[in-house]
Amino acid sequence: MIAEIPKGLSELLGQVTGYIYPNEIEIHWSILIVVYPYVTGLVAGAFILASLVKVFNVKDVQPTYRLSLLTALAFLLVAPFPLLLHLGHPERSFEIFLTPHLTSAMAMFGFVYAWYLMGVLLLEIWFEYRRDLVVLAGQERGPLRWIHRVLTLFSKDVSDQAVAFDKKAIKAITIVGIPSAFLLHGYVGFIFGSVKANPWWGSVLMPIVFLMSAIVSGIAMVIFLYMVITAMRNERIDMRCLDRIASFLFYAVIVDFSLEALDFIHRLYQSEESVKILGKLISLKLFMNLVVLQILLGMLIPLAILVIARLRHFNEDMRKLLYFTAVILIQMGIFSTRWNVVIGGQLFSKSFRGLMTYKMEMTGLEGLLTALVLLALPFVILTVLVRILPTRRLQDPLPEVL
Amino acid sequence: MNKRQFLKGMILFIPAGQLLETLARQAEAAGPGKPKPAKPDAEPDMGLGDYQPADHWYGMGIEIDKCIGCNRCAEACKAENDVPQEPFFFRTWVERYRVMHDGEARVECISVNPQQRGELQEDRDVLRTFFVPKLCNQCAHPPCVQVCPVGATFSTRDGVVLIDKDRCIGCRYCIQACPYGARYFDHRTSTADKCTFCYHRITRGLLPACVEVCPTQARIFGDLRSKASRLVRFQRMNKIGVLKPALNTEPKVYYAQLDGEVR
Amino acid sequence: MKFPEQVRRLAAVTAVVLAAVLVVRFVVIPASYFSTKLHRANAVKREVARPVSFAGVLACRECHEEQFDAKSHGYHKNVACETCHGPSAKHADDPMTVKPYAPRDRKFCPVCHAYDAARPTGFPQINPTAHNPLKPCITCHNPHDPVPPEVPHECSACHAQIARTKALSSHALLECTTCHTASEQHKVAPRSALPTKPQTREFCGQCHASGAANPDAPKVDLAAHGGAYLCWQCHYPHQPEGME
Repeated sequence: MIAEIPKGLSELLGQVTGYIYPNEIEIHWSILIVVYPYVTGLVAGAFILASLVKVFNVKDVQPTYRLSLLTALAFLLVAPFPLLLHLGHPERSFEIFLTPHLTSAMAMFGFVYAWYLMGVLLLEIWFEYRRDLVVLAGQERGPLRWIHRVLTLFSKDVSDQAVAFDKKAIKAITIVGIPSAFLLHGYVGFIFGSVKANPWWGSVLMPIVFLMSAIVSGIAMVIFLYMVITAMRNERIDMRCLDRIASFLFYAVIVDFSLEALDFIHRLYQSEESVKILGKLISLKLFMNLVVLQILLGMLIPLAILVIARLRHFNEDMRKLLYFTAVILIQMGIFSTRWNVVIGGQLFSKSFRGLMTYKMEMTGLEGLLTALVLLALPFVILTVLVRILPTRRLQDPLPEVL
Repeated sequence: MNKRQFLKGMILFIPAGQLLETLARQAEAAGPGKPKPAKPDAEPDMGLGDYQPADHWYGMGIEIDKCIGCNRCAEACKAENDVPQEPFFFRTWVERYRVMHDGEARVECISVNPQQRGELQEDRDVLRTFFVPKLCNQCAHPPCVQVCPVGATFSTRDGVVLIDKDRCIGCRYCIQACPYGARYFDHRTSTADKCTFCYHRITRGLLPACVEVCPTQARIFGDLRSKASRLVRFQRMNKIGVLKPALNTEPKVYYAQLDGEVR
Repeated sequence: MKFPEQVRRLAAVTAVVLAAVLVVRFVVIPASYFSTKLHRANAVKREVARPVSFAGVLACRECHEEQFDAKSHGYHKNVACETCHGPSAKHADDPMTVKPYAPRDRKFCPVCHAYDAARPTGFPQINPTAHNPLKPCITCHNPHDPVPPEVPHECSACHAQIARTKALSSHALLECTTCHTASEQHKVAPRSALPTKPQTREFCGQCHASGAANPDAPKVDLAAHGGAYLCWQCHYPHQPEGME
């Protein structure tokens, strides 16, 4: 394995254009590091959609509230794995918790992650589900009953007073949760944005661009999951809800697009030392991924679809089709965005004189296969989660508790 | 709620076994039953003998007009420091610049292709041409140290940036953060690696290997704390430039006759 | 305010988890683990304990004073021993069994002295294909005190081009009179008293025939080599390596 690395690198040597520092031939952050911000972005976006219901009282979006929370959880559980698999010494990863180096943006990962998982997401889910789980456990038999009882920590209190407390707790957690979600993903943007050595990354806008694209991808993912799950259950889609989320998506895409356009224009207008090599990077290495996949297919066309869906009074099926197409294009577009940031930032030499090539492994630990497994894993987790935790709230009044 | 506990378990308890094992190893490395330093401020033993790191502040001078591009420095570095032989791993290397009449600069790394040295013929289109040795700039304000998530890379008191290979987790953030491409990933140890100014030599009073073998004294190693050092003299006698000064990394590798095209 | 039952349960679980974390952090893991100072001291210790490959000139001088003195006045006075002889710390530790490398073939010196336009002006450079090809550099240049060899120059006032060519050839050290006999008259009236030129293959054979006395000259079997041709129809005697 180790002997193969130089061999792989010598193949890349022929594909260098211009001059690169000799150590730069190796691309260090692979497709797994593309998966990481993509996945955390989905977490932050899905959570922020869920927060709309509780904090801003957007009642229309209620049907996707629990789904958003579970989506966020499923993706958050997978988020550390791409990082862990990428480390040269994964067995030392606990050092990030125990002896973090406080000037490093990356050292905050452990704390931000643990806080968001335990302090926000799991707590909110627990308070949201507790009443339903107590009720369900009362009606069920078999292992599911025990799972639910353990999950409620054997609490039985579903009095109005207790449930009112749950609701208050959820609201408080959500209010803390929104900045936490911003922190979670803004911080991922900061990991890249704070690298002054790399002009493609080093931008003060980076955390905000990351955040907005995260919201876009998270909302689009929840729309996608909502449509798929209702179809699988042969249920009716709540069109008021769907239209409303689609309009949020529309605004989010507009803001995201404006920010990215601002970043681009700013770079072009300031035209610093790096502008020539970045121009070459876009035209020679990232044209397909950046211009075609990210901007055209991943942003402008979905934007046009969303505009059309709003302006014209299409029937339900047509709107569903348009939304579905848009969210799939958006997912692809945001994945390309992550690719273009992570891989794109490593394809030009810091001497600003040459371009490298990234040759993706297929089957290796940091290869495409691992990435696909990691991208599929949240859906598997989500399937299990929705089995245990029903996405639909039990109706009031409650059935008699045994 | 068992999920909560389970997740905490994932994060804290499962690695605990490995943690304890690593701790045991590190405790052993620290010396059997090694008592903690009596005072918390006391410096732990660094195996340096009488050498006092705080008395020194090392840097290197490079006189571009003296470099003949023989690549002896890069070869000596690999021999001295067990750097992988493949041409993708360098602690130091030599670049050849050709600035053409149309203003374009063509660069190649003769350390990658040593057979290229000594074969550049006269060319009417070339305005000027010269060699530039490169290495870790041992920045006084190093971005690589700033970004290391576990503090495995650090500046010594005498101004050398080192890597603790027993602590490095191999995330490669430092490689991304270095503006000079001076770091590489050592696949044998799965950790980052870089120039140490031959720390094991300079603490014994020897010169770094690249400086030792440089036949034209294009490289000058010295102590900026000592007014009589060759490096201070070099700084007095030459107009000095450093690489990428705008990044405020405060490099301690000083170039004389540095051309504007060198990045 | 009285907290509901579920909150107390949650608080209990949280407390247990927190307590476990704190116990691990402060009791299970020894305090030295968190000492950055200790880790760094160990890293420095490992770093300074690494073996040295290049012994340094001072170590060489201890035994090789003679070479050191020879070198100290010449052009190579600032070239360290190990620049050419390679890493020799092992030799310094055990001089009898481990011998350093001594580059004797032609490939080595051009590493520094081959012409390259990027090399600084004034640095001595040669064209390795034209400069006395095939001969090891050390036949003419002493690496410990490298001065250009003294070449015969009594004819160079008039025959400068030939002198320059010959000076870089394997015949560099031969006097012109080895092959040409010139009378005193030739210096006064060159046209009226021409010097002699070799006439036969056997003349070159004095050095180059197999069995000839001169040990440095390359040998050929005169009977088999070149047939009826004269030597200088193929070999230019002032630069015999070039087959014109």
